[in-house]
Amino acid sequence: MDFWTLANALATGLLTGLVYGLSALGLSVIFGVIRIVNFAHGEIMVMGMFFALIMFRWLGLDPLLSIPLAAAILFVFGYFLQSTVISRVAHLPDHMQFLLLAALAVMIVNACLLIFGPDPQAINISYSFDSFDIGENLIIDKSRAYAAIAAVAISGLLLGFFKYSRTGKAIRACADNYLGAQVVGLKVSHLYALTFGIGAAVLGAAGCVLLLLIEVHPYLAPGYTLLAFVIVIIGGLGSMTGALVGGILIGMSEALAAIIFQPSMKSAFSFGLLILVLLLRPQGLMGKSVK
Amino acid sequence: MMGLNLLADLTLRGRICLLIFLAILISLPFWSSSYIISVTTITLYLAILGQSWNLMLGFAGLLSLGHALFVGVSAYMAAYLFSVLGLPPVIGIFPAVALAVLIGMLIGYLGFRFSIGGVYFALLTIAFAELVRIMVDHMGLIGGTEGLFLQVTEADRQGFDLINLRGHPWMFYYLAMLLAFLTLAGCRTLLKSKLGYYWQAIRDDQDAAQALGINVFRYKMYAVMYSSGIAGVAGVFYAFYQNSLFPESVFGIERSIEISLGPIVGGVGSLFGPVLGAFILTPLGEGLTEFTDYLQSSGLIDPKLKLNGLKLLIWGLVVALIVLFKPAGIWPWLNEKLGFSRKEGE
Amino acid sequence: MAALLEIENVSKSFRGLRAVSNVSLSVEEGGMVALIGPNGAGKTTLFNLIAGVFPADEGRIILGGKDILGLRPDQICDAGIGRTFQLVKPFPDMTVLENVTVGALHGTHDIDEAKESARKNIELLDMADKIHLPAHSLTLPDRKRLEVARALATRPKLLLLDEVMAGLRPTETDEMVAVFKSLNQETGITILLIEHVMRAVMSLSHHVTVLHHGEKISEGTPEHISQDPAVLDCYLGEEEDV
Repeated sequence: MDFWTLANALATGLLTGLVYGLSALGLSVIFGVIRIVNFAHGEIMVMGMFFALIMFRWLGLDPLLSIPLAAAILFVFGYFLQSTVISRVAHLPDHMQFLLLAALAVMIVNACLLIFGPDPQAINISYSFDSFDIGENLIIDKSRAYAAIAAVAISGLLLGFFKYSRTGKAIRACADNYLGAQVVGLKVSHLYALTFGIGAAVLGAAGCVLLLLIEVHPYLAPGYTLLAFVIVIIGGLGSMTGALVGGILIGMSEALAAIIFQPSMKSAFSFGLLILVLLLRPQGLMGKSVK
Repeated sequence: MMGLNLLADLTLRGRICLLIFLAILISLPFWSSSYIISVTTITLYLAILGQSWNLMLGFAGLLSLGHALFVGVSAYMAAYLFSVLGLPPVIGIFPAVALAVLIGMLIGYLGFRFSIGGVYFALLTIAFAELVRIMVDHMGLIGGTEGLFLQVTEADRQGFDLINLRGHPWMFYYLAMLLAFLTLAGCRTLLKSKLGYYWQAIRDDQDAAQALGINVFRYKMYAVMYSSGIAGVAGVFYAFYQNSLFPESVFGIERSIEISLGPIVGGVGSLFGPVLGAFILTPLGEGLTEFTDYLQSSGLIDPKLKLNGLKLLIWGLVVALIVLFKPAGIWPWLNEKLGFSRKEGE
Repeated sequence: MAALLEIENVSKSFRGLRAVSNVSLSVEEGGMVALIGPNGAGKTTLFNLIAGVFPADEGRIILGGKDILGLRPDQICDAGIGRTFQLVKPFPDMTVLENVTVGALHGTHDIDEAKESARKNIELLDMADKIHLPAHSLTLPDRKRLEVARALATRPKLLLLDEVMAGLRPTETDEMVAVFKSLNQETGITILLIEHVMRAVMSLSHHVTVLHHGEKISEGTPEHISQDPAVLDCYLGEEEDV
């Protein structure tokens, strides 16, 4: 394998990884605050993808332009999901919460299956087959570059929101100290619903972005749920920067696996990385040490 | 003798109900159809797996979401040894179960070494199940995505060969029943032993358990070993009952969820919950399939649609409703109403 | 009599905050020693150091001539120390009998034998009428008693009691004190207790150690302590803060 094959693979991996990072951010935000592992993660993202697909088919809208609306709709979905359903199982043990979300995931997948059918569907935009040629040998797909830029922009917005905005700070306060947040008069249930809404909105955005890169079909969802689990464990459960770093790492390792072994082996590579991280640094790369 | 202990836990009414239930099960092949027999065989098989899964979560507080992994590796191992080396399952079951236990120990070691909390262990079990699925996909030796098949002749289907596990559906039915009963009685024995007490203590409060001299890491490992071992035995049964193994249908996350569902519906932590759960869910699933088939044939729904979707949609809804409205499971509720089991001190 | 537990110059800091500072303490075999001091004095931290919940930064902890520093909590129990938790930790879904049986299974595999010994401990703590109740249904004082019974069931040489009298009525306190006194006399068990209830401290302990801001400020007989101006100061000082 020559240098440029490797360089191209790594560049592709980095850009895809940024999109993965955005998606994993949606999982990390929810876990970090509400302490719930969102088993319907990939499924909610696939809802975003189908939404972007519809907008493209009906209005010819570029998926990147669908982002605000997809995010808004899924925000509302997430907000009500948390406030009406998930909050009711907050007192139950972990496995019941897992199960409720897994049941939700099954329902979403199969509803999508009934509506859209099982076949993969792609979109065809003007720049689908264009690329940026940097020098002679480094070729980057335009759609991938745009997707990565959008992912970085949205991730930045989200990090900024949690760092600087009043609401963002209040949500972080809830995550650090539930009781304390209640004592100082924060409305925790509202903030939790807001958090789930934000997490789902991020997934909606990530779904739109992802539609630039791959075809959409309902069975895509469980794979992306798992991928996000792997990313956040590698990055450190609940750490936002960890999700981004983990996303990039997984994107690059998948790209490498595809050229060294074969494309279908790429997720095995990610799981290998996961096990390695758990052996050497069980709290994840960016996670806080336990003791 | 283990079986008699099981009776000792029950009230008179409970014993009578159990005996009636057993009588129906034993006589079932003589008066029902081959379809009912096959559905009941799968139900019993899922009752065994539910018991295995419940041992981890209900007894020791360890959530496994990749339980299909233990079933699958054992099934593949036994099937491979039989189809390629001609090793009968009666011997092949040992390396097969050993492999399942070993993988369980590896996951346990990774998950329990640092006390990071239950979420990690749960996610690790899924991650490993997926990892192995993808690896098996790429192992031509055991069929890869093409699947691994066991030869079965028409003469086999009429026989009664327990050594090679080739035989009539009745043989598999009674074997599943025997295994389900042994698992139930075995789990009861475990639960009432030192192991069981220690597991429950760890489940309820790890720090307090440790302060009472319990080596938490070691006892959690025991739980994983027993549970994966039982799953391994069921895996061997599955391989020889199905005669075909595909990575997706063996290791898929849907399989793992299916395994966990019975005990959750029936009642986590109870002995009869997993059995009850299996006997509610499997017929329910079959019923839903019949129902959607009917909708399609009667033209109420476009026959071109893949109705598997509708079935699973309803199934997801049922599970969500149980989580929301009967989170402790059906067995504790039923037991409270009908008084099947004897409370200690009465 | 020889010292059963010997704590030598033990210190522990959390994020730069010195919770226990250079504390030494000796508990004689068969003795009953009380550890008192205002809230936040480092008493529970010292207990957790002895029980192996986390390791000390400096110093040595010796039980019966054997260094136990750095052992895990279950190994500490094996070494002969039983403990209760200040914030009680019963096994909520198990009955009182099952809770105590878990403790009694320490050192035996025989369930019937363990249950028998559990029953004795439950009777000792006067909970025989609640033996089949699930622990989550108990009142706080009962949960504390359950913790004592459970720790006793492991047959420890040294019992660490963390505020087990809190919330008890005066008569109940006296009963509990009587239980510990007779245990101490009959079995020779050594007891180290953290206690705020002075009535219990005065009638139970042979020796009292006072911690304040992580440091030992006084020790001696209960009578001596009750007249030590330094001790009165630290308690009065706290009351002014409140």
